Amino acid sequence: MRNPVDVLLVGVGGQGTILASKVLCAAARSAGYDIKMSEIHGMAQRGGSVVTQVRLGEEVHSPLIEGGKADVILAFEQLEALRLLPYLKKGGAIIVNKQTIAPVPVLAGLAEYPDNILEYISNKAPGSLAIDALDKAVECGNAKAANVVLLGAMARSMPIDREIWEQALEKTVPPKFLEVNKKAFAAGYEAE
Amino acid sequence: MKELYSGNAAIALGALEAGVTLAAGYPGTPSTEILENIAKSKEIYCEWAPNEKVALEVGIGSSLAGARTLVTMKHVGVNVAADPLMTFAYTGVNGGLVLISADDPGMHSSQNEQDNRYFAKFAKIPILEPSDSQEAKDMVRQGLELSELMDIPVMLRITTRVAHSQTLVAAGEPVQREVRNYQKDAKKNLMVPAFARMRRVDLDKRHEKLREYSESTPLNKVEMQDNKVGVVTSGISYQYVKELLPHASVFKVGMTNPLPLDKIREFAIAVDHLYVVEELEPFMEEQMQIEGINLVGKELFPVTGEFSPELLRQKFIQAGELASDGTEHCFNDMPPVPGRPPVLCPGCPHRGVFYTLKKLKLMVTGDIGCYTLGGLPPLEGIDSCVCMGASIGMAHGAEKAVPEMHGRTVAVIGDSTFMHSGITGLLNVVYNQGNSTVIIVDNRTTAMTGHQDHPATGRNLMGEEAPEVDLEALCRAIGVKRVKVVDPLDLEQLKDTVKTEVADPGPSVIIARRPCALLSKEPEGPAIEVDADTCEGCKACLRLSCPAISVTDDKAQVDPNTCNGCGVCMQVCKFGAMVKGGNANA
Repeated sequence: MRNPVDVLLVGVGGQGTILASKVLCAAARSAGYDIKMSEIHGMAQRGGSVVTQVRLGEEVHSPLIEGGKADVILAFEQLEALRLLPYLKKGGAIIVNKQTIAPVPVLAGLAEYPDNILEYISNKAPGSLAIDALDKAVECGNAKAANVVLLGAMARSMPIDREIWEQALEKTVPPKFLEVNKKAFAAGYEAE
Repeated sequence: MKELYSGNAAIALGALEAGVTLAAGYPGTPSTEILENIAKSKEIYCEWAPNEKVALEVGIGSSLAGARTLVTMKHVGVNVAADPLMTFAYTGVNGGLVLISADDPGMHSSQNEQDNRYFAKFAKIPILEPSDSQEAKDMVRQGLELSELMDIPVMLRITTRVAHSQTLVAAGEPVQREVRNYQKDAKKNLMVPAFARMRRVDLDKRHEKLREYSESTPLNKVEMQDNKVGVVTSGISYQYVKELLPHASVFKVGMTNPLPLDKIREFAIAVDHLYVVEELEPFMEEQMQIEGINLVGKELFPVTGEFSPELLRQKFIQAGELASDGTEHCFNDMPPVPGRPPVLCPGCPHRGVFYTLKKLKLMVTGDIGCYTLGGLPPLEGIDSCVCMGASIGMAHGAEKAVPEMHGRTVAVIGDSTFMHSGITGLLNVVYNQGNSTVIIVDNRTTAMTGHQDHPATGRNLMGEEAPEVDLEALCRAIGVKRVKVVDPLDLEQLKDTVKTEVADPGPSVIIARRPCALLSKEPEGPAIEVDADTCEGCKACLRLSCPAISVTDDKAQVDPNTCNGCGVCMQVCKFGAMVKGGNANA
């Protein structure tokens, strides 16, 4: 059992970050870890940023991760990846969905969506992985499974066996979407 | 096996295990999911009250009748419930009653941050403060038992970070649900002055017993380690301290009122340096200082905002208890990251209302709900927001104080908020012969907290059909002569109605009625399309602050996946460039 593994899941309301967090927690639980998960919602479904913090280890005290200390960031959208990047520890892993979703101040011309986010991230975090989760999800049969593609990409680097992940999916995802989600998970797991 | 529970879900489980018979509350982040989880179980009678005062009054009746009772609300809800609470401490309970106060340090979704431990101290009732979901669950039962033992309501104070974090919980053995016998006892329950004076004396006796209890209860426990550093802490701060200072001795205060000051004094003597780590106000600190205990508290730790391990690490580094760990990254060259503020949803029926109010340049007194977002740029359709129900009184006050404000003022309030505490405000306008116009933005639900029902929706918390308040008839019954119903998606009708009603003397109500866009899973219609040849790139459509609309290369674009087809943008575009998409001729 290792010291806490700290994971930030970041995205935009509606992208399925909460479901992905639930699968992660279910898998970590089956693998025998103590877990704490923290989310702030309320305004989230109204297009705001969504951040879920998951910590697993032998004994976890704080549900919150400190800045500069996250082992993994799983980002469902480029801008949100950038926003939370300062949370990543040196040598930490960041997995970014290539999708972009402009916030309203950008749509309204009051702010600019930064260029070259992926380049900036790969400079700062050489262990980063950018994947086109939306495309892969569509290939698997449902655009909404992009969250599970990303989860699969993260799963490979986590101290949890692949079969435990698959059992966690079975426990968490509604039966009629299970096949698509299993494919999506595999697509992420085997990406690059 | 232990399962993951949010603090709120754990409290619901605690209520089931502790034999609660009735639970009541009003939705408010971060407390809402407690009752929603209880409602799922079908074992406890539960209800949304129109406001927190009513919820507590229902709870008092339930307790008086002998049943174990839970009442839930967010911190500002206790302000509303304060009136019955102060006297309920006098009467005490029959069946145990736990009042959940869900505080929101950092104001993740609140209009203020207030430390409700002061409310409990004010009322002289005990406070229990859990630091994770297991404790949240356990403290429901401990609170109910304490309530019955000491004949007093108990406050269970949680914070957002406990309510909305998930930690492992072991389910327990449920107790048999039992209801105590009711016995008439006017000297205890009928608070006329002669009886209340006796109960006032009794309250102090009970408080003294509670103080003794606090000294001996395992809820207040010492975790003695190294005697160099000692920390007195409570709630979520306990977890941060345990993580940051694994070798420090910790006094974990689970019952923060009355404080176990004798036990704390012993602890203070046993350590070289004493810190008090508590979120928000110096509640424990001040009482310890009065006892002459030397400590470091708010001179180091902030009195505003939410604590985090990161913040406390900085503070302990500053105090010399921790070495700087040099993990800082350098992100000085990071490009500016635009904010992603919450916005009114695509197809939200409120959008047109605020667009119109801004155009009419009115003073708009606002209220609490999703629609408060209509005050943010670029919509900027609301001038003020104070608390549930305040919009109507504020509009009335402005017009009475400055008569020239008549014709330039309007109050906006949601349907759920109107049920909560708008009715009395409107009654006041009529009674005092005001001239205010009130727009009830009626989206048929309590949208902000996640679509809870209320007395005007026709359904209750347990999922049963319920009588539906007729808002028009209600307003007329109060004495409002002019009540108009408009469709907020029809901007022309909306604008004309507002102009007329605001200008006319006498009170009036405009009900802008259209269900919340998230209530129906289906979009309003086919996505709007832009005729690029007709679009002049004037950007007028951007003033709607609709997440589906953008302008690139001087042409408007509508994202077909986001657009709800409500058609408000078609009415805003002077050039007719916004057109109904898909099967438009249908």
